[in-house]
Amino acid sequence: MSGAPRIHARVAEVIPVNALIKTFRFVPLDGGPVPPFSGGSHIVVEMNDNGTRRLNPYSLMSDPSDTSGYSISVRRDDFGRGGSLFMHNHVEPGMEMTISYPVNLFPEDARAKKHLLIAGGIGITPFIAQMAQMDAQNANFELHYAVQSRSLGQFGDELKRSYDNRVHLYYDDEGIFIDIPKLLRGQPLGTHVYTCGPKGMINAVHDLAEKAGWPKGAVHSEEFLAPPVGEPFEVELARSGKTITVGAVQSLLEAMEANGVDAPYLCRGGACGQCECDVLALEGDIEHNDHWLTPEQRASGKKIMPCVSRFSGERLVLDL
Amino acid sequence: MGIQFNDETFRNDYTYRNSPAGLARFPFPFPEDEYMYSVNIEPHTPGRKGSVFEHSFDVDEHYVSEMKDRARVLAEDPLRCQSLPHMTLAGWDLLELIMESKARDYPDMFELHKNGNKWRWVNKPLGIDDTFTFLDESTLPYGPMEYITRQAQGDFTLQDQREDNLWIEAGMVTSQADWSLDFDIGMSFHEWHAPVPLAGGMGIFDRALKFLLKLQYGAPVRRFNWTMTVDPRLDTAPETYPKWGPSKTTLNMDNVGARQHLRVELQTLYRLPRSNAIVFPIRCYLISFQDLVTVPKWGRRLHRVLQGLPQELAEYKGFARNRELLTNWLAQYDDGAPTSPGWWAED
Amino acid sequence: MMNSEFAPSIATRPVYGVLEPQQGTAHLMVADGEGGGAILDLFAKADAAGTDLRSSACIIYVKAANGTDMGDDLAQIGAARFYHGPTLAAAMSRIRKELVDAHMGLQIYLAGTETLIGVVQSEAMKVGYPYDGMHSEHRGSLARRVQCVHCKGITENVTTDPMVCSHCGLNLYVRDHYSRRLAAFQGVNIDAEDPGQVPEMVEKFP
Repeated sequence: MSGAPRIHARVAEVIPVNALIKTFRFVPLDGGPVPPFSGGSHIVVEMNDNGTRRLNPYSLMSDPSDTSGYSISVRRDDFGRGGSLFMHNHVEPGMEMTISYPVNLFPEDARAKKHLLIAGGIGITPFIAQMAQMDAQNANFELHYAVQSRSLGQFGDELKRSYDNRVHLYYDDEGIFIDIPKLLRGQPLGTHVYTCGPKGMINAVHDLAEKAGWPKGAVHSEEFLAPPVGEPFEVELARSGKTITVGAVQSLLEAMEANGVDAPYLCRGGACGQCECDVLALEGDIEHNDHWLTPEQRASGKKIMPCVSRFSGERLVLDL
Repeated sequence: MGIQFNDETFRNDYTYRNSPAGLARFPFPFPEDEYMYSVNIEPHTPGRKGSVFEHSFDVDEHYVSEMKDRARVLAEDPLRCQSLPHMTLAGWDLLELIMESKARDYPDMFELHKNGNKWRWVNKPLGIDDTFTFLDESTLPYGPMEYITRQAQGDFTLQDQREDNLWIEAGMVTSQADWSLDFDIGMSFHEWHAPVPLAGGMGIFDRALKFLLKLQYGAPVRRFNWTMTVDPRLDTAPETYPKWGPSKTTLNMDNVGARQHLRVELQTLYRLPRSNAIVFPIRCYLISFQDLVTVPKWGRRLHRVLQGLPQELAEYKGFARNRELLTNWLAQYDDGAPTSPGWWAED
Repeated sequence: MMNSEFAPSIATRPVYGVLEPQQGTAHLMVADGEGGGAILDLFAKADAAGTDLRSSACIIYVKAANGTDMGDDLAQIGAARFYHGPTLAAAMSRIRKELVDAHMGLQIYLAGTETLIGVVQSEAMKVGYPYDGMHSEHRGSLARRVQCVHCKGITENVTTDPMVCSHCGLNLYVRDHYSRRLAAFQGVNIDAEDPGQVPEMVEKFP
């Protein structure tokens, strides 16, 4: 079976947080509890968008010990493939939807003497759950959270009320930025740093931490990639004996699923490695968009991650 | 209660016995006449009624005596149960998993009453009725892992997941096939499997690790492992090897049927929800050769498996010095007839 | 003298590299015996590359069990702090203090015997420093630190296999199974099944 076990849920609440973000709460249809989870986990939400099946990963932001339901937040992307627009425009309280069990690709390192959390924009959501869990365990943590403006800073205000001086807020439009090098310099041995937010922020934390001499094992990040749009292309699936066409705003994984091929997946965002697939024949170029394959694997032309990667050229044959 | 618990020992006078009903449900681990390592993992879904697969955590006639044996081992050597400081939450996850499973599967023996975080746990076979606060260690007599695994058959290890690896960082290990928790605790997946011959070169551990890193909550898996033990001794630890090792030198054609035991491990793996750790319960079942050959299929098959086994495996499993003796004794029960596929005696 | 080379072995066999200057905000170097040479080479490389390690370096150096002492040469480097001690045991409280006071950005360099490297690694892991962040180079004696799996006592500077546990007196064979938490190899009773039948001791880890 592909993906995690599923929960049939009802949308209990849709809360507009600000001009860009809505929070959605899911409760199980059968009235039972949902499993507790570990901070940093995500669920995959299944959407039926006018006949198009979308499965998007969203970080859980509710308290991990709350088994009455799950909350996620979605930032509207007017130029994306449509998942966030569907959530914003069509999902209403009372709707029935299918969600997956939680999967954690962004766990805390429980051995850390201190957790330094650096978030940007909607990247705050996994940290909201993590902080609830860390607080319950009396773990030592500190959040640095940057948003564009105070009008988009509601989550920060709430966290400040809960955790007071362990939360530091920054506003781009006021020129108040996180001084990452300074933050990295002052941390006691045994600190782990975690970052989630815009690609630029994630890359900056990784680069600056490396320059400052932080071991790789102490630097953590999570970035789900939306599958990029591109030119349509054809793929031969050797084991299924099918040739399918991947549409412009469709991922290869979605195209396989639409054609009845059960391919493995977990995160659908290029991060977890579960959908890794062998390439049997390649005449053309694979556009690798994942965080998973090594540069050597990419260069070999023998592997592809169907959840986010595309192809252009004459012929692509996969072992599926 | 539906189960008659044996009053038996796993040391000294070795009064351990399988009843006829116990024999009928013994988990014979060989689905074919040859054995070689494989990942051989399948979903741990409820299996045949009455079998050891029927419930998540099998409770059988040896339960009460096994728990007494565990308590005795721990009294002599507390290092058999250890949990590195960051694994306490995983211990609570395990406590919840076992309590919920047993209360659901054996309601006549176990009860769990939850009122928020105030929990009451009733274990009738062991005469326990405790009330405690979930996630508050000060309300239990032991840490959560130790508390619940003093009441659950089989060994348990807890693996933390980080850096694309699994780290064995807590465990209750008193019925082990010759490995030391105290030595292995803190090791990565490949490190604690390092002493296993052949499998590493076959890529078995690479594939198993890759699979386990993606193990999902709510989708546990299981596999079998096996070895040989002289006398029905649960605690064959390296720590006490000088005590039990010499028994291997006392086997002969007259006593091998009664004293040589096939040791079967039903290994399961669960993702734990709050800690994201993986628990690895290793449940040990023992059967004497003389009981085993009462099922003709098993007698024939075990003979063939031992005949064809690579010598490295016989050495690793610690029975190389008696291999010929065991094979000769079993030969009496192998008439060369074909065996049916699968492990069920009746199929 | 060059760094030691080891035959391919099982997965728990520690792997050592060659020390190279690292980017970092502070540099802690701990070495024993011939490991002092690796520290001298490290500074030579840093000087050639124009990298300044001296101003933020702390060198903790002890004589090896075999008597090798390069302390005088290391004193000449001119590191910000230099300690020269008789044994690792004597230096341990100093090493712990360095680790407790340190900030992320500290680079840890370990050179010399497996015992020195393993013991300091284990200490650094206790304060939360990731194992993969430490740099090590093996030089000098191949003597091992062995935990008797039976009595749990650790015997230092084991050069033979089999060996006798210095605590309980059992005859042990030295397994190629290493615990980084204990910084020790595993010793298992060799004549448990046949008491008294002990193979001849061979010097395997000179």
